[in-house]
Amino acid sequence: MSETTTQIPDEKARIGAPSIPGFTEEGENLSPLNDSATSPLAGDSAKSHSHGGGEGVTDSSRAGRLTSFNVEDFPKLTGREEDWRFTPLKRIGGLHTAELTGKAPKVELTGSDNVSLRTVAADDAIRGNAFTPDDRVSANSWKYSNGAQVLTIPANAEDVKSVLRITGESLDPAAQHLIIVAEENSEAMVVIDHVGSAVLAQNIEFDVRQGARLRVVSLQAWESDAIHASSQQASVAKDATFKHIVVTFGGDLVRVNPSARFAGEHAEIELYGLYFADAAQHLEHRLFVDHAVPNCKSNVLYKGALQGKNAHTVWVGDVLIRKAAVGTDSYEANRNLVLTDGTRADSVPNLEIETGLIDGAGHASTTGRFDDEHLFYLMARGIDEKTARRLVVRGFLNEIVQQIGDEQLQERLTDTIEEELATTTL
Amino acid sequence: MSTLEIKDLHVSIDTEQGEKEILKGVSLTINTNETHAIMGPNGSGKSTLASTIAGHPRYKVTSGSITLDGVDVLEMSVDERAKAGLFLAMQYPVEVPGVTMTNFLRTAKTAIDGEAPKLRTWTKDVKEAMAKLKIDADFAGRNVNEGFSGGEKKRVEILQMELFKPKFAILDETDSGLDVDALKTVSEGVNRAQDDNQMGTLLITHYTRILRYIKPDHVHVFVDGRIAEQGGPELADRLEDEGYDRFLNVKA
Ligand SMILES: Nc1ncnc2c1ncn2[C@@H]1O[C@H](COP(=O)(O)OP(=O)(O)OP(=O)(O)O)[C@@H](O)[C@H]1O
Ligand SMILES: [Mg+2]
Repeated sequence: MSETTTQIPDEKARIGAPSIPGFTEEGENLSPLNDSATSPLAGDSAKSHSHGGGEGVTDSSRAGRLTSFNVEDFPKLTGREEDWRFTPLKRIGGLHTAELTGKAPKVELTGSDNVSLRTVAADDAIRGNAFTPDDRVSANSWKYSNGAQVLTIPANAEDVKSVLRITGESLDPAAQHLIIVAEENSEAMVVIDHVGSAVLAQNIEFDVRQGARLRVVSLQAWESDAIHASSQQASVAKDATFKHIVVTFGGDLVRVNPSARFAGEHAEIELYGLYFADAAQHLEHRLFVDHAVPNCKSNVLYKGALQGKNAHTVWVGDVLIRKAAVGTDSYEANRNLVLTDGTRADSVPNLEIETGLIDGAGHASTTGRFDDEHLFYLMARGIDEKTARRLVVRGFLNEIVQQIGDEQLQERLTDTIEEELATTTL
Repeated sequence: MSTLEIKDLHVSIDTEQGEKEILKGVSLTINTNETHAIMGPNGSGKSTLASTIAGHPRYKVTSGSITLDGVDVLEMSVDERAKAGLFLAMQYPVEVPGVTMTNFLRTAKTAIDGEAPKLRTWTKDVKEAMAKLKIDADFAGRNVNEGFSGGEKKRVEILQMELFKPKFAILDETDSGLDVDALKTVSEGVNRAQDDNQMGTLLITHYTRILRYIKPDHVHVFVDGRIAEQGGPELADRLEDEGYDRFLNVKA
């Protein structure tokens, strides 16, 4: 512990339309990525399938990203695509090419009894209400999903707490589709708890209807051999709030893509994430907040810790404020805490603003080493090194844990963090 | 009685230009119940001495010794030194995000005492100590030093000193950045710890003002990594009038 602080801040101040000189109604693209060449995935099909607003937008924009129900519309992956460039395709278990006919993980529902879980056929009209695959793996999952499981939270239900335990029992590549419908003015918390072993391409859609308040915790507590690509899309109606918390600890390669689209005014989206990558783990989170309508609010905060050789985390935060989305207030941040040498944290905030008439928009990304000055301060008060490290890391991640709002689950996560820390060899 | 003894201490740091010697032979003996003031120009090595005693890894002791009642302090890890009864109130207390004061104070107290404090009395002790130092009760729920003003950080250092009851406290410019009232409040805290625990004090300061409240038995003038002169309280007044020119000229 000879280094002092090595925080590498890349903070950009919050920006609001009125205070920014040279910031026009045309908006601005703050993305460091979009200076680069045209995305290989965009094209004619991108426009015809995108969720509106795609026309006339440059192809490198998130608005121009190809979306399609047909896997053949997506070119074969090379690993050079914008949305795959960090993912080791060799380790993805063929989810982008294979026939996903393996046994899908078991789904068990516990908790409140005023909800219903039913299975619908692959051609049921409910599929895709709030979902369109936006990458090849997700489209492949769509193709091979043998129907879907639908959890419905009835209108006006209060205090619903449901747990969907997803237990993987096979390493044959499989597909799975879950649908969660939060009906009008319902209030619910749904935990999607992934355990066991699986090679899984998963699509989850959240239909958050008018005035509903839905909180989702997607917990990836897989065994260490699991491979999991999960596309989680939400459509958030007028006056609704959607709070999505991703917690990723387990698995060999986990790639979760939460995407949330405002479908009505005065809605609120909060996306939180917590990940802890150990040696050789690849944990990737790519989120997308689509401000397509006026007067909505979004907030994104992902925090991760990395330890051990070749622990790799990827965070990409796409926030798109479309021309129509005046009065938007949006902020996204990613913070990584590097505990040992030999890890790699990629962090790319990507904010596109097509209108200047917003309340505020901002992004931040920091990746810092464990700060030895923190350690010195705590140790100078008699606290041993191990405890001091634990205090700091727990404190760092606790901000997300606290968002969960369920004591039992919070305790389980705190314990998991402790276990992860206990394996640290420093 | 306990004794903290520093003998011919040489300390270097690694800089981009190579190793640089900061302390060039410092000797100093402090007993419990004694107050020693250290004064000296900026950059003369006062904080280096303080941090070296506490065991900051940046400072390399190249020769000399530090002992506490004959036991080698340099052999101890940072936390062991704190447990042995040494306390450093830092010139720039560090912000520790995500760790609440309450959690921090209890964890530290447990570590220093070797057992968890009785919850009931501990909570009461903390509250009372905070009140005496005029620290608002809601600081307990805030993260360690995070967003505290300069003066608030200093007060919280003294709060810790009162709660952890060290044998020796090194106060590195604790008076800098304190308003007139806070200076009094903090000084009273130091005096309490001295009276209650026979604490020995090494007080690093630029100003004689604090010495009106915390009376030094000895004053040491620190210049260029050495003690250039020692004396009683009157030396401090002389320094205030004359500055350090006298010592700097001698050197040149
Ligand atoms: N990392 C470093 N690289 C180079 N020089 C350093 C480093 N750290 C400390 N020093 C130098 O060591 C010398 C002693 O510093 P120190 O902080 O001990 O002084 P001080 O007496 O406490 O000063 P002040 O009254 O300003 O607090 C200074 O000249 C300082 O610039
Ligand atoms: Mg100093």
